[in-house]
Amino acid sequence: MTAQLPTLPTGPAAGPGDGATVVGESLLRGAWHRLRRSPLAVAGAVIVLLFVLVALAAPLLAPYEPASTQWAGDVTPQSVPGPSADHVLGLDSFGSDMLTQLLYGARQSLIVGVVSTLLGLSVGAALGISAGGLGGKVDTAVMRLVDILLSIPSLLLAVSVAAVMGQSQLSVMIAIGVAQVPIFARLLRGSMLSQSRSDYVLAAGALGIRRRRIVLGHVLPNSLGPTIVQATLSLATAIIEVAALSFLGLGDSDPAVAEWGRMLVAAQERFGNDPRLAVYPGVCIAITALGFTLFGEALREALDPRQRR
Amino acid sequence: MLRFTLRRLALLVPVLFGLSILLFVWIRALPGDPARSLLGERATPEGIRQIRALYGFDKPLVEQYWAYLGQLVTFDFGSSIRDGRPVTDTFLEQFPATVELAFFAIVFAVVLGIPLGYAAARRRGELVDGAVITGSLIGVVIPVFFLAILLKLVFAIQLDWFPTSSRQDARIDATHITNFYVLDGLLTREFDAAWDAIVHLVLPAVALGTIPLAIIVRITRASVSEVLNEDYVRTAEAKGLHPQVVRRRHVLRNAMLPVLTTIGLQVGLLLSGAVLTESVFAFNGIGSYLFDAIAQRDYPVLQGYILFIALIYSLVNLAVDIGYGLIDPRVRVS
Amino acid sequence: MRLPRTGARGGRRVVSLLAAGALAVVASGCADSERAASGDSSSGSSEASGGSFVFAGSAEPVTLDPFYASDGESFRVARQIFEGLVGTKPGTADPAPLLAESWETSADGLTTTFQLRDGVTFSDDTEFNAEAVCFNFDRWYNTPTGIAQSEDLSYYYGKIFRGFAEGKSTDGIYESCEATGDLEAVVTLNAPFAGFIAALSLPAFSMQSPTALEKYPVPEGTDPRKGDYANDYPTGTGPFVLDAWDKGSKVTLARNDAYWGEPAKVDEAVVVAIADPGARRDALISGDVDGFDLVGPADLTALADEGMTIVNRPAFNVLYLGFNQATEPLDDIKVREAIAHAVNKEEVVSASLPEGTTPANQFMPDLVNGYAEDVPTYEYDPELAKQMLADAGQSDLTLEFNYPTEISRPYMPSPEATFNVLRTQLEAVGITIKPTADQWEDYLGVTTGTTKHGIHLLGWTGDYNDADNFLGVFFGTETMEWGFDNPELFKELTEARGLTTVADQTEAYTKISADVMEFLPGIPLASPVPSLAFSPSVEGYQASPVQDEVWSSVTVSE
Repeated sequence: MTAQLPTLPTGPAAGPGDGATVVGESLLRGAWHRLRRSPLAVAGAVIVLLFVLVALAAPLLAPYEPASTQWAGDVTPQSVPGPSADHVLGLDSFGSDMLTQLLYGARQSLIVGVVSTLLGLSVGAALGISAGGLGGKVDTAVMRLVDILLSIPSLLLAVSVAAVMGQSQLSVMIAIGVAQVPIFARLLRGSMLSQSRSDYVLAAGALGIRRRRIVLGHVLPNSLGPTIVQATLSLATAIIEVAALSFLGLGDSDPAVAEWGRMLVAAQERFGNDPRLAVYPGVCIAITALGFTLFGEALREALDPRQRR
Repeated sequence: MLRFTLRRLALLVPVLFGLSILLFVWIRALPGDPARSLLGERATPEGIRQIRALYGFDKPLVEQYWAYLGQLVTFDFGSSIRDGRPVTDTFLEQFPATVELAFFAIVFAVVLGIPLGYAAARRRGELVDGAVITGSLIGVVIPVFFLAILLKLVFAIQLDWFPTSSRQDARIDATHITNFYVLDGLLTREFDAAWDAIVHLVLPAVALGTIPLAIIVRITRASVSEVLNEDYVRTAEAKGLHPQVVRRRHVLRNAMLPVLTTIGLQVGLLLSGAVLTESVFAFNGIGSYLFDAIAQRDYPVLQGYILFIALIYSLVNLAVDIGYGLIDPRVRVS
Repeated sequence: MRLPRTGARGGRRVVSLLAAGALAVVASGCADSERAASGDSSSGSSEASGGSFVFAGSAEPVTLDPFYASDGESFRVARQIFEGLVGTKPGTADPAPLLAESWETSADGLTTTFQLRDGVTFSDDTEFNAEAVCFNFDRWYNTPTGIAQSEDLSYYYGKIFRGFAEGKSTDGIYESCEATGDLEAVVTLNAPFAGFIAALSLPAFSMQSPTALEKYPVPEGTDPRKGDYANDYPTGTGPFVLDAWDKGSKVTLARNDAYWGEPAKVDEAVVVAIADPGARRDALISGDVDGFDLVGPADLTALADEGMTIVNRPAFNVLYLGFNQATEPLDDIKVREAIAHAVNKEEVVSASLPEGTTPANQFMPDLVNGYAEDVPTYEYDPELAKQMLADAGQSDLTLEFNYPTEISRPYMPSPEATFNVLRTQLEAVGITIKPTADQWEDYLGVTTGTTKHGIHLLGWTGDYNDADNFLGVFFGTETMEWGFDNPELFKELTEARGLTTVADQTEAYTKISADVMEFLPGIPLASPVPSLAFSPSVEGYQASPVQDEVWSSVTVSE
């Protein structure tokens, strides 16, 4: 979904050959400086940090067990008990403690986001590197596969995978991961191709350094920046896509599971009577996705050599 | 350029062929079967066997695939198992709805996005810039369906400015020729019907157009500020050209190239988003029909629709690539 | 022009949009045409205007030839265009005269003589008489082989009459139909079936015009649901006629001015499809539609607060928690009883079903002949349940609990919520629940097509007043859903089906219903009340437990 935007603004990644032979310290240090000075980047980093902290410390922070439906009997089709002394944010649509569910939801989102992104990244990177690095028939074959995957809108791809795998957390992660495979594959291949034509690679080749070493030692590290940026942005996409899959009924099989997308979708039909139920998880999704997007964007600008003027 | 285009077009054939095989296998790998979804709660094993035989689902996969391929060659995509309607008919009936929706979404995104992005770039670092950037970021991170529901609640239910659902008021007796309702209304000079269709399009288009809007804003901003820094712009300004002329002849023209490409690239995004938006607004496009087809294992519809979508999607991507090549000779790779 | 009723609200939208400044050119053009429209309609309104009634269902009709339909949305439209020999008494599921004024069944239950209503014509001016009746009976019997006979097309004929002239099964119960007078038709069966008359109230057995059917034949081997007749020329005797079916958009019905009874009060009725219950609610509140079916339980209060009218159908369904006896230890009656004691039906109803729903104590609603006043019941008693589980050696029982997602059935409006409250109750007595969710179609496959499921939620909405339509459907033969083989029960049900009088049947089913609750194949939870909602301007909608709802009495005020 949003994943298609990131590679664009910088256009074809062929940098103006500024001879960055290594991911030199100067580049990283410069990036760090630029990051620190940008308020948006700081805001993004703070959100991401908070989110990760909450996700890790959910058991310490939450007043109850997650997905505990012991108050299910208090919920009626017309109403859900609101905030009270026992439940600071009230109950959710399935009679669990809202605060607990939101806190554990962070953990769930982090797991799904990280696993699916890692999956998309590793498979995509493997494909992209072999295509870009080996070239020839491998390149053709891999890129045809990527073309096929890209010829299907990503949400449809995710839905397809989820439909085959059935309803479980695992299938959601795989579905989202698969949808990101072509993006990473293209990114890495493109990055490698553009660099293999760059002066420093040509120079290294002229010096008689073996192709394999050039790829692993020079080209790959230089592709790291865009890949990290893309992965950060993919985390944001993943968190939103989980919600979209839940909306389409392909989420986890337990309705009471502490998962923001699921909570948001379940609250949909009560939106008119009790907007609180949808607003809490909705805001959590938006803020987290915002954090990762801000951070990723800032990272990209910081790593972009052209911004160093 | 022509060779490039032809080559890419030729490449489409194996891609679509490969997709048709992948699709075929994928669809058959789905758990459950269409017969059961047809018969509902009280299906008998006998009834299910009979339906499987009727549609040939009991034959070996390879045989089924050859039969399907034979049909495809004659452009016969089969009929829906659920309602018996030819896949081509329903697609031609629903696809215009989705295209109309996507078109209005893009118009919304462009008409609003380019000026906003331009303004932000001109006043980089100022309040306007911050507001535009923050707004565009928020636009990207709200789940589409949540935004759609919010819009509906506020503008259709609370304020009652717009209708909540469907493509046209059911009380209007409109003639449909192309199934692009707005166009139909104009063609038949039923302007009230066209207007009604537009009114029905506003909320779904805004919901669907928000993410493209955010993207266009950011790319316009990035692109314009880059061009503003270019030497030729500085030169033009320095030699005293009227700011209007600089803006039009140098800045906008050069900055628009990446923006135009981006717009083309939003197609996949729009198709994905349309599934969700259509569902919230009961908008009769391909989205909900296709999604039901997945749920109900309507094999012919699934195969046909996804092939159609992939074809159109690939053609649009190709057009974008060609456009990009025309604009920027640097990317015209052999 | 073509806009009879949208004037006021269309105008308001124009103003608000003009403020937004978008598309001003089109807007001015539109304003002109609005004026033209209102001028036109005032000049053309010499005839009494009843306006139009816009109704939202949940899906498009599959076909307008009701013989080949079995879905509620096709039947909804068919009820307006067609009528059968037999209708239902308002507000009940009991058969009542419609196109047949009376009927008499012979003592052996084989021959039924119908006296037909005089002066009825089909909307194509074909006379309705005994020959037309026999034409229809023979048409059904001679359903072509192939797709037309498949279970999803001629579903009800297959279920009720059990066979065709030729094809898969030829040992059906239909023998013949004879026109013994202009208005007297005799239908002969070759085996008694006491549900025959009640079954004829199904829209599938509507009387269709022989002339129209012959004029628009279905080419051999093609799908009869999609022929010219079904698409454009369905012809019956009902209070409405088809004006146009705009595929993917709406079905427009016009008043049948030549209707034999009280003519419809509205000029036209429009049926649109809105799949999402929330979207239907919103469409009603904002005035896009005048009424809709299948109100979500969560929306009842909100709709009432908005001043909408809620109309409840008498519940003619049952929701149950099924046990798969093919998996241990559900084959142990003690375990099943323990689970029954662990379930608090009142709470299930209050937490997940619409207001006004009553808990069920047997596998059919009280409107059905054969409903037993006295059946074994299982009080909610978690302590007893724990004790019984311990006695059965199942103190740490783990059960797979199957439930469907993304589906709303009249008997099961929000399965996830129902699952959730049941799960909580079962966990409270120490049972570990392993939730397994599937989308509806997969879910049906898993629970009714395999033995790999534990306890599950399912139910049924009755078609007509016949206990066989509930008990026989559930427990008539060995199935993978229940996983038990109980030849005694199967035999009882088969025998009851063949009884010739309704009185005998009622008695037999009363006993069977009690036996079933003794055997406890599952726990009947409730008969949820299905609701419709209408704008305050709509009056005269008569709800029916079997959805025999004809819109001729509906009025829509401005």
